[in-house]
Amino acid sequence: MEFEPVIGLEVHVQLATQSKMFSAAEVSFGKEANFNIDPLTLGLPGSLPVINKKAVQFAIILGLALSCEIKKFNRFARKHYFYPDLPKGYQLSQYEEPICERGQLQVTFENGLRTIGITRIHIEEDAGKNIHDPRTQTTLIDLNRAGVPLLEIVSEPDLRSPTEAAAYLRALRQLCRYLAISNCDMEQGEFRCDANISLRPVGEIKFGTRTEIKNLNSFRFVERAIEYEIARQASIIKSGGKIIQETVLFDPETGTTKSMRSKEEAADYRYFPCPDLPPLIIEDVWINQLREKMPILPWQAKKRLLETFSLSPYDADLLTSEREYLDYFEGVVAICENGKLAANWICSELFGFLNKHGLPLDKSPITADKLGELLKLVNSGEISGKIAKQVFEEMFASGENPSAIIERLNLKQINDPAEITKIIKKILEAKNEQVVEYKNSDPRIQQKIKTFFIGQIMKETAGKANPVAVNQILETLLNQDK
Amino acid sequence: MLDDLSILNIQSSLRKLKEKKIGALELTDFFLNRAKKLEALGAYITLDPEQARKEAALADHLIATEGKDAFIKKPLLGVPLAIKDMICTKDLKTTAASLILENFIPPYDATAVAKLKAAGGIILGKTNMDEFAMGSSNENSAFFAACNPWDTSRVPGGSSGGSAVAVAARLALGALGTDTGGSIRQPAAFSGIVGLKPTYGRVSRYGAIAFASSLDQIGPMALNVDDASLLLSIISGEDQHDSTSAAVAPPKFNFLNSENKEQSPSSSIKGLRIGVPKEYMSAAGINPEVEKIIRAALEKFVELGARLVEISLPNTNLALAAYYIIAPAEASSNLARYDGVRYGRRAKISPKDSLFEMYAKSRGEGFGREVRRRIVIGTYVLSSGYYDAYYLQALKARRLVFEDFVKAFQDCCDIIACPTSPTTAFKLNEKTSDPVAMYLNDIYTIPVNLAGLPAISIPCGFDSQKLPCGLQLIGNAWDEERLLKVAKIYESNTGWKDRLPPTVEVLP
Repeated sequence: MEFEPVIGLEVHVQLATQSKMFSAAEVSFGKEANFNIDPLTLGLPGSLPVINKKAVQFAIILGLALSCEIKKFNRFARKHYFYPDLPKGYQLSQYEEPICERGQLQVTFENGLRTIGITRIHIEEDAGKNIHDPRTQTTLIDLNRAGVPLLEIVSEPDLRSPTEAAAYLRALRQLCRYLAISNCDMEQGEFRCDANISLRPVGEIKFGTRTEIKNLNSFRFVERAIEYEIARQASIIKSGGKIIQETVLFDPETGTTKSMRSKEEAADYRYFPCPDLPPLIIEDVWINQLREKMPILPWQAKKRLLETFSLSPYDADLLTSEREYLDYFEGVVAICENGKLAANWICSELFGFLNKHGLPLDKSPITADKLGELLKLVNSGEISGKIAKQVFEEMFASGENPSAIIERLNLKQINDPAEITKIIKKILEAKNEQVVEYKNSDPRIQQKIKTFFIGQIMKETAGKANPVAVNQILETLLNQDK
Repeated sequence: MLDDLSILNIQSSLRKLKEKKIGALELTDFFLNRAKKLEALGAYITLDPEQARKEAALADHLIATEGKDAFIKKPLLGVPLAIKDMICTKDLKTTAASLILENFIPPYDATAVAKLKAAGGIILGKTNMDEFAMGSSNENSAFFAACNPWDTSRVPGGSSGGSAVAVAARLALGALGTDTGGSIRQPAAFSGIVGLKPTYGRVSRYGAIAFASSLDQIGPMALNVDDASLLLSIISGEDQHDSTSAAVAPPKFNFLNSENKEQSPSSSIKGLRIGVPKEYMSAAGINPEVEKIIRAALEKFVELGARLVEISLPNTNLALAAYYIIAPAEASSNLARYDGVRYGRRAKISPKDSLFEMYAKSRGEGFGREVRRRIVIGTYVLSSGYYDAYYLQALKARRLVFEDFVKAFQDCCDIIACPTSPTTAFKLNEKTSDPVAMYLNDIYTIPVNLAGLPAISIPCGFDSQKLPCGLQLIGNAWDEERLLKVAKIYESNTGWKDRLPPTVEVLP
């Protein structure tokens, strides 16, 4: 029997706010343990939560980008459980009233574009961290992360393979980064996911029993974990067994999953609306303001690059994969006014160099302005592509302006016809033999000889002579006195 | 100058301080000494003489350098006050009368406390109470009971029993309490003082240890209506730390201004419609003596020009049941943070013990019987499968109770009058074995919390055992001004507030 995997993902995105979800404690990475705390983060008696408006704004922006319905009436519930990293004894989370519902995301898979449904997006706060010290048999608690705002984005069970799951995650991460609502740094746990997986016979409409893999924090782990879970479930079903609904953990060391708890063991969280927070009413005015100020979205950017600048799909994908690539490209184009030229240089030269030096784009010694200036000179024919590459290398090493380098290394193109004429005449005199041969040859041989002379001229001028002018003047001089 | 306790209150002390007839330090020492001498009353859990004397000396310095102007910026300058141990005070132990917070020292002031301090108030110490404000007799304090200054064999009421005793016995000029189901008004009634529960949202709850967040309010307890009004005007106002605090301007009271005495609010009582809920007055359990005293008080209002209107609050019978679901539900959640992990009591555990055992032992040792009872009830009613049957039903009942009041104020009356409590102060240990009998003592105060309304308890007479009785006046939401004016008229036309408890009279 052939099985079809059915996969839905719950993604947790840490929001890039200055302060925590319900208090003024700072959000920052890399601080010493228990530095970003205040009475609420510690769960001190008498402390009260206050909603972070910026986090709500981020949720609305993401909801709009995913074509969700933004709910007017919002409430936060308390989700109770005892754990040392949970200072209040409950997590504040939207339970029955998520801020966004019924959205969608278009994702490009190997077999084309498909729409993946978004069930809901809700806001919640993160927990702290327990650090077990096996030497002393103690547990230490760091509450820096406690109370940091998160969005949970729940997809419909619309994904059908581990690669599709990974592609969906990449598209979602790209979107969040475009919207600047999160850095989505997976190593820091700013973008992590739980995967729900079930199998059903191909052609079957009903879903099978699902299992949930918790806390996957890299694209590779997501793919590997889902692959393993599909194989595990398939072998159980094939051997006549039944899947039990349970939560499992993925162990990257062994590449396997192991059971954490079954449905029967699921905790009773005793959700109820948090009485410290009145309902949050989101007015249409606010939503409309945010809609008007919406930044460009990845798929809009790609369309623009394909249609306005006629880039190849490959270049368009690469240049829109990160918002900063797009911004860089737009910055270069704004100055050099040639999209294709800009794309070629960024995708091959610049990225090649950055790669070689292990630098991210924001650390590039060549800013978009400078590359734009360089390519403007190329575009207007003031320097040749060959010279430009030489200048580019200098720029990469020194960070200097292209014009300064051209000046310093005397790389400026020779455009003066009189000067070019003088240089050509000198060469023609020295190579009179070839001139005579030219005059007595058929056009095919003539072309070869012309190429030879152009090479000589470029050698003489170190490639600086304006190639168009050289061609024209050489032709005229060779054909004189014919 | 301080020998006549019957005229000693916030207003009179402020006059003396302004006229430099007394110093702030002198006044503070007077109360600190009394608190020490009357320690047996059990009013304070913690006294803070060092800091109080330091602040008092600073107040004296300010008065010496700025004179009367100092009181414009600081209207409570040099006034010694007591704070219920449910309200956080920076660097001063705050226990909620619980073993679990036995040694807890908050790193911050509650907003209400910060406002009192900014107004020049001197914090003498932290007052006794029922553990986590759960109780009506102060007998649930983990440390010691408090006793009623009118009869020390009796309870002072609760949960703000210590604050009531401190004020009644003149161990402070005024106090803050918290009121979730009557915890300010009932002890005020039992102890013969004035206690006000403001409209929900009037006073910031930031820094008040949460019992039931949707019901809790901080409020003043004082010797007279003027003092309560002054304290209220200082602690009120929207607070960015409390999302449930409302953007309503703090009440201002003309009669607070001593030069304005002529502008007495007596005109506001002419034709005033006072609603008397029929369900309250005929309720089973009301002590006949109390009923008689309340009837007499109502007659006094008629004499002063008001009109009595019988009103109906038909859903009153739902209030107690709804309250004993909603309050424990919220409490079970609010008290989850006391786990022995970050602060507070952690039980001694052996290396073999699991995390679960650390929680169970710490909480089992740290919480008293009544608190544990309510945590269990609250946990139960929020459990999946029971939530709809209990918690949601209770919310619906709460809505009905609220609507009863809305209708009464819309159609029938301007203010509601009733007993604060069905009895006067009962004997220590009289009701400790019967929680339901204890709960019934709050039958008149609980509906007010469920509806979020302001209400005040004022002395209105004494029973045959010379125990004080309280009259509860309930106002419409945000109508504290009218409530206080009416209370003030009654007070100034009766002499109840000037009687001194016998235990206090004999002391210097």
